[in-house]
Amino acid sequence: MTVLARPGWAAPGLTGTGDLTRLALRRDRIGLAAGVYVIVVAVAGTAYAFKRLYPTAAGRAALAATGGGNPALRFLYGRIDGDSIGSLTTWRYGIWAGIFAALMTIFVVIRHTRTDEEAGRLELVGSAVVGRQAALAAGLLTAAAASVGVSVLLCVALPLAGLPAAGSAALALAIGCCGLAFAGIAAVAAQLTSGARSARGIALGALGVAFVLRGVGDSAGASGPSWLSWASPLAWIQLTRPFAGPRWWVLGLPLAVFAVGTALAFVLAARRDLGAGLLPDRPGRATASRLLSSPFGLAWRLEWATLLGWVTGYVFTFAACGAAAKGIGQLFGTSSALQREFTRLGGQAAITNAYLAALMLLAGLVAAAYATATVLRLRSEETGELAEPVLATATGRIRWALSQIVVAVAGTVVLLAAAGVATGLGYGLRVGSAGHQVAQLLGAAFAQLPATLAVAAVAVLLFGLWPGAAVPGAWTAVGLAVAIELFGQVLQLSHWILDISPFTHAPRLPGGTVTAGPLLWLCAVALALSAAGLAGLRRRDIG
Amino acid sequence: MSDVIEVRALRKSFGRTRALDGLDLGVRAGEVHAFLGPNGAGKTTTIRILLGLLRKDGGEARLLGGDPWQHATRLHARLAYVPGDVTLWPGLTGGEIIDLMARLRGPGSAIDPKRRQALMERFALDPTKKARAYSKGNRQKVALIAALASDAELLLLDEPTAGLDPLMEAAFRECVNDERHGGRTVLLSSHILSEAEALSDRVTIIRDGRAVETGTLAEMRHLTRNLVDAELAGPVSLDGVPGVHDLVVQGTHVRCEVDHAALNDVLGRLTAARVLSLTCRPPTLEELFLRHYSSERPVAGAPR
Repeated sequence: MTVLARPGWAAPGLTGTGDLTRLALRRDRIGLAAGVYVIVVAVAGTAYAFKRLYPTAAGRAALAATGGGNPALRFLYGRIDGDSIGSLTTWRYGIWAGIFAALMTIFVVIRHTRTDEEAGRLELVGSAVVGRQAALAAGLLTAAAASVGVSVLLCVALPLAGLPAAGSAALALAIGCCGLAFAGIAAVAAQLTSGARSARGIALGALGVAFVLRGVGDSAGASGPSWLSWASPLAWIQLTRPFAGPRWWVLGLPLAVFAVGTALAFVLAARRDLGAGLLPDRPGRATASRLLSSPFGLAWRLEWATLLGWVTGYVFTFAACGAAAKGIGQLFGTSSALQREFTRLGGQAAITNAYLAALMLLAGLVAAAYATATVLRLRSEETGELAEPVLATATGRIRWALSQIVVAVAGTVVLLAAAGVATGLGYGLRVGSAGHQVAQLLGAAFAQLPATLAVAAVAVLLFGLWPGAAVPGAWTAVGLAVAIELFGQVLQLSHWILDISPFTHAPRLPGGTVTAGPLLWLCAVALALSAAGLAGLRRRDIG
Repeated sequence: MSDVIEVRALRKSFGRTRALDGLDLGVRAGEVHAFLGPNGAGKTTTIRILLGLLRKDGGEARLLGGDPWQHATRLHARLAYVPGDVTLWPGLTGGEIIDLMARLRGPGSAIDPKRRQALMERFALDPTKKARAYSKGNRQKVALIAALASDAELLLLDEPTAGLDPLMEAAFRECVNDERHGGRTVLLSSHILSEAEALSDRVTIIRDGRAVETGTLAEMRHLTRNLVDAELAGPVSLDGVPGVHDLVVQGTHVRCEVDHAALNDVLGRLTAARVLSLTCRPPTLEELFLRHYSSERPVAGAPR
């Protein structure tokens, strides 16, 4: 008789989990290592920086008082328990490390479950001796391995940065458990829809809700709904109080979410067909609307939902960051080293202006990433053989490419406008001059536009001339600009290197001066790079 | 009347790989022309050059009287294309994609809603489903309906039935026959010989980037040998007779390939030995194909 299941597994549905997990770890080895590294370095580096910047108890107490007293900062970073270096680290990076860990596990779980299923890879795998729930188990195991990796490395790194061992362990475990909780949530999301994109949307939506819930709870005063924080897995990291008498039992909450999510996902997975979701696919239009009748209409149709997500993120982030601008001077007044650094990063003017200018620079840098990703869709449409049928119609190459580029530019304008208006409102409403601040910061945001487009134009250039290098090359350009802007001055690089980044030439607003020259130059560079790219596209083979 | 597609000595290389090595292809107006060859023979490369997506390295290619590279968009308004491997935007419905493709072909190429509806019913396609929910066959149908519903004068179909079930394949054949009667020109690339046999007026067989044979099926058979299989009452000697190939004699059973010119002579010799049973037939396209693609010389009719 033939033995169908391999020995060693009690449940035949899980047969092959080990092989699939090894495959997942093999496919993700670079991304996971990078993700774990970033989280560990961010948290341990923050602890080290606090130790260096705030050597005295008085300085730390002042920082804790201002940081903990500013509701906008509490919305962004959460509550402060105590004024030890560990407490400050937990405040500044506890939630954000949790967010990064959650992003990592969400992407891992969906990628190895619903993405593979939608692409039909699971069908291939499923026809081998592999149980129907092995992929789900493998995705969860991979995400769990990453979470455990974060916890273990932080347990080692935080004491090395000078934090007490018990508190370090509590913080490390809290961050890892947060990642686990969202792995459980993502596992359920992956069962609900038939598309990986919407599954990811559900899981990321849950993360967004968790952030806002705890933001409202954390920023509420004593009489406000501070209990809301308890409803958010992100807040559980700080509610563990790692460096202020750890409450170890709080760690049970994310573990329970992970366990319940995992169990629910397995139950749901057992009840549905391969490829199907629990939520029905809504039928769409049987005919195309008027809008969908040109390459531009197509590009807009493909991009608007993504843009909406970016705009939402921009509005919330920059409104909160703008609101935090009031009183930012006192916050940094307690550390002269940090103050010096911050002033240098943002410009010569007052610290508030420097902070706002740094925010606008950040808006430009992130918008450059958006614009680059949007331009690079041209390349993915080409390699995905979606460009071919369009170019086989009366649509010319240049018109096709320009449609996507116009959407990218328009999206960038909208994003920068959102950053300017949101920051202006967030700050202006608190200082009582909303109209003036909105106008000033809108201008400051738009001053970043030429530099942003110059970075994205590299993607157009490469797509036209060296399509094979377009994706890595364009992202290298973005990474270079980010690295130069964030670390260039701190590392005291030569101005030759600093000048490579278009953002070095953008005015620092508010507070700085504007000269038309560099802006026009940047526009000219963006146009020239794009024109060269389009000229290359006319000449080269497609596909 | 000039040919709708004229390709002469077309060359194209990708790095070191030579995809097309002096290909000739002529498609006349109003005919269904089958473009036959195995995977990797250069069919898709040819079509992509004809669409102006790839740049030729040498030779000549003209499409609808124009240069496919220079006048790509103008020419594309007059043709419809179905790629070999149809991928669609996952978030768009089939109906939206069919309309979009028609509108992208330019103003004045709007599709007739009645014809669109009729094709939708013929191919049993649900146009309200998102493309991500379509199977390979359904994606193929979307592309086929988008092409067939258009009033383009030339249809370029790259392995259009890959992924269709037999029922849908029959529907597709009906549609192509309708197109022939409607006067449209069709270039149909395929590796399915029965499809070419059933649909095409003329055939070009391509191998390693070069056309090895072209003509009507009748013409091509004329070029080829007859397969003779006879059971005789007595022995016969065909050894050394000119025009006889691959002779196999097993007692009184004779099998061989015979050139057309030698047929009469061979039949004479066979009847002299008294024929008990005889089959003499032209090779099927499969056998032609095997001959063109097997690395050794003729295998058609060879004993196993």
